[in-house]
Amino acid sequence: MNDMIIELNQLTKRFPVGSGFFTALTDINLEFGKGEFAGLVGPSGSGKTTLLNIIGSLDVPSDGSATVMGKSIASLNQKQAANLRNHNIGFIFQTYNLLPVYTVYENVEFALLLQNMSTNERRKAVMQALEWVGLTDKEKSKPSMLSGGECQRVAIARSMVKKPEIVLADEPTANLDSKNSHHILQTMQKLNEELGVTFIFSTHDEKVMQYLKRKISLADGKVVNDELVSMLQ
Amino acid sequence: MLALKLAYKNLLGAGLRTWLNVSVLSLAFVLIIFYNAMIDGWNRQSRNDTQNWEIAQGQYWHPSYDKYDFYSINNAHQKLSDEANSLVRKGVLVPELLQQATIYPQGRMQSIQLRGIPFNQSVLKLPTAKLQNVEDEVKVIIGKRMAKAAKLKEGDGVLLRWRDKNGTFDAVQLKVATVFNCDVAEADNGQIYIDYLTMQQMMGLDNEATLLVYDDNKNPVITGWEFKSADYLLKELDELINSERISGMVVQMILLMIALLAIFDTQILSIFRRKKEIGTYIALGLTRQQVVGVFTIEGAMHSVLAALLGAAYGIPLFLWINSVGINFGSADMGITIAERVYPFYSVGLVLATILVVLISSTIVSYIPARKIARLKPTDALKGR
Repeated sequence: MNDMIIELNQLTKRFPVGSGFFTALTDINLEFGKGEFAGLVGPSGSGKTTLLNIIGSLDVPSDGSATVMGKSIASLNQKQAANLRNHNIGFIFQTYNLLPVYTVYENVEFALLLQNMSTNERRKAVMQALEWVGLTDKEKSKPSMLSGGECQRVAIARSMVKKPEIVLADEPTANLDSKNSHHILQTMQKLNEELGVTFIFSTHDEKVMQYLKRKISLADGKVVNDELVSMLQ
Repeated sequence: MLALKLAYKNLLGAGLRTWLNVSVLSLAFVLIIFYNAMIDGWNRQSRNDTQNWEIAQGQYWHPSYDKYDFYSINNAHQKLSDEANSLVRKGVLVPELLQQATIYPQGRMQSIQLRGIPFNQSVLKLPTAKLQNVEDEVKVIIGKRMAKAAKLKEGDGVLLRWRDKNGTFDAVQLKVATVFNCDVAEADNGQIYIDYLTMQQMMGLDNEATLLVYDDNKNPVITGWEFKSADYLLKELDELINSERISGMVVQMILLMIALLAIFDTQILSIFRRKKEIGTYIALGLTRQQVVGVFTIEGAMHSVLAALLGAAYGIPLFLWINSVGINFGSADMGITIAERVYPFYSVGLVLATILVVLISSTIVSYIPARKIARLKPTDALKGR
């Protein structure tokens, strides 16, 4: 197995609801190695997004531990968590979350602005990322001028431009038609194979599942199945 | 730098909303600067005029002289000492003899203050050269306000009645040599200027004066006279102008508050509507404090854009106003104010205004932005 870059031990997440708590994740034990192309699958409310948020240091576990790139998520302060996200983790959202006032180029460049790179280095990296997703001709367009598929490709470029170790994709194809979904997934698959980036999806889309190499099924906040798809096939 | 760049981009990206706020704020900017420049311009002009027409660098007063006590004025006079006479000869001291008297224009009786002043003085701008008497004519000069009040004009004659030092009434026919135009109400209202020597003879007060106008900065002690500096003599004018400034400030503050309220409202709306964007910033690696910074700078940048916009239309407007002045016409308000006031824009005034607007807009931007620091990134990403 590859080196483990994500380790989740006895991870539990509870949210306060009224006077009590709602338990979104219970005793999750998972490990992800470098270069995995894995998916958290399950119905709505099964805890997929919550788990991605914790891995992405946007949230912390209530119990147990989550260690990402050797760092315990619960022990990180705001600045350290931000630093981890900026350098090691890329996010792809269902609704793209592109910044509407920026051009495609600027949206992709954004992640690099926090890394004190020179303008030339940034330009090179952004153009390379846009090339990966086939959008070099749209660098000056605003998100409002793009189709849904193009927006998601910009989001992929944005998540990949800083060459992170992990990309977390939350329902990346939910707003896309079949053709665009396959295009997006093929792009991500290619980046996974060529750059060795770990992709973790949260999805209940059958199209996404076709591409996964590892499928982790969640139900009611618990892992009910964890299988390597390619081995099964 | 990043926060500045982001804020700038976001502001421009907000389009009309930004420009509406910026327009209102720039209007506040321009009006605050204009109003204060008007006050400063009025202040400068009034001080200059008062010094040029009435007080020069200061006055030496007879100890009993009180310009507001008409009953004491007739007794407030004394002889000039040798040192005072020496300064008069040097041209830095102008003696004035003041007495109450009465004129009878068109058969009406009107109390006036008769001011004896040497016709050859050059310290004050009063056209005293016109006081030089020819033959038996007793020439006087009066200001436009006095002329209007007494319905007198250049060349008119008017009967003057006064009491000399012994209390004996006497009278003489005066001739108005000229009517001068002066912005200093105190040097004009109820004042009739006559040659100093002629007045001494009329009153029987040889070599005596009520006050001495001084036009130097050495302020020597002259025995028997109390020196009143220009600042002391201008104190009332300063207080009046400052009270105008304060009352103006209330209006300026209201205007500024309206503009700031618009920014505050925009900030609250922004934070409410842009939660997903806030979540995205955090997911991309900004800390919550950095996002607070971005939103605060974004709000504060309204004032920078407002300053630029204000400069774009304010500078040409101010230059034009400065070339024509603001006409206060013949409105005689009994205070020293020029017919045309020219605003005075100092660097200090502009910088202070920019600073006040910048600081206040930063504060009103920061207050709602603090909410971001308490926002959970996961909720923000969902737009909650």
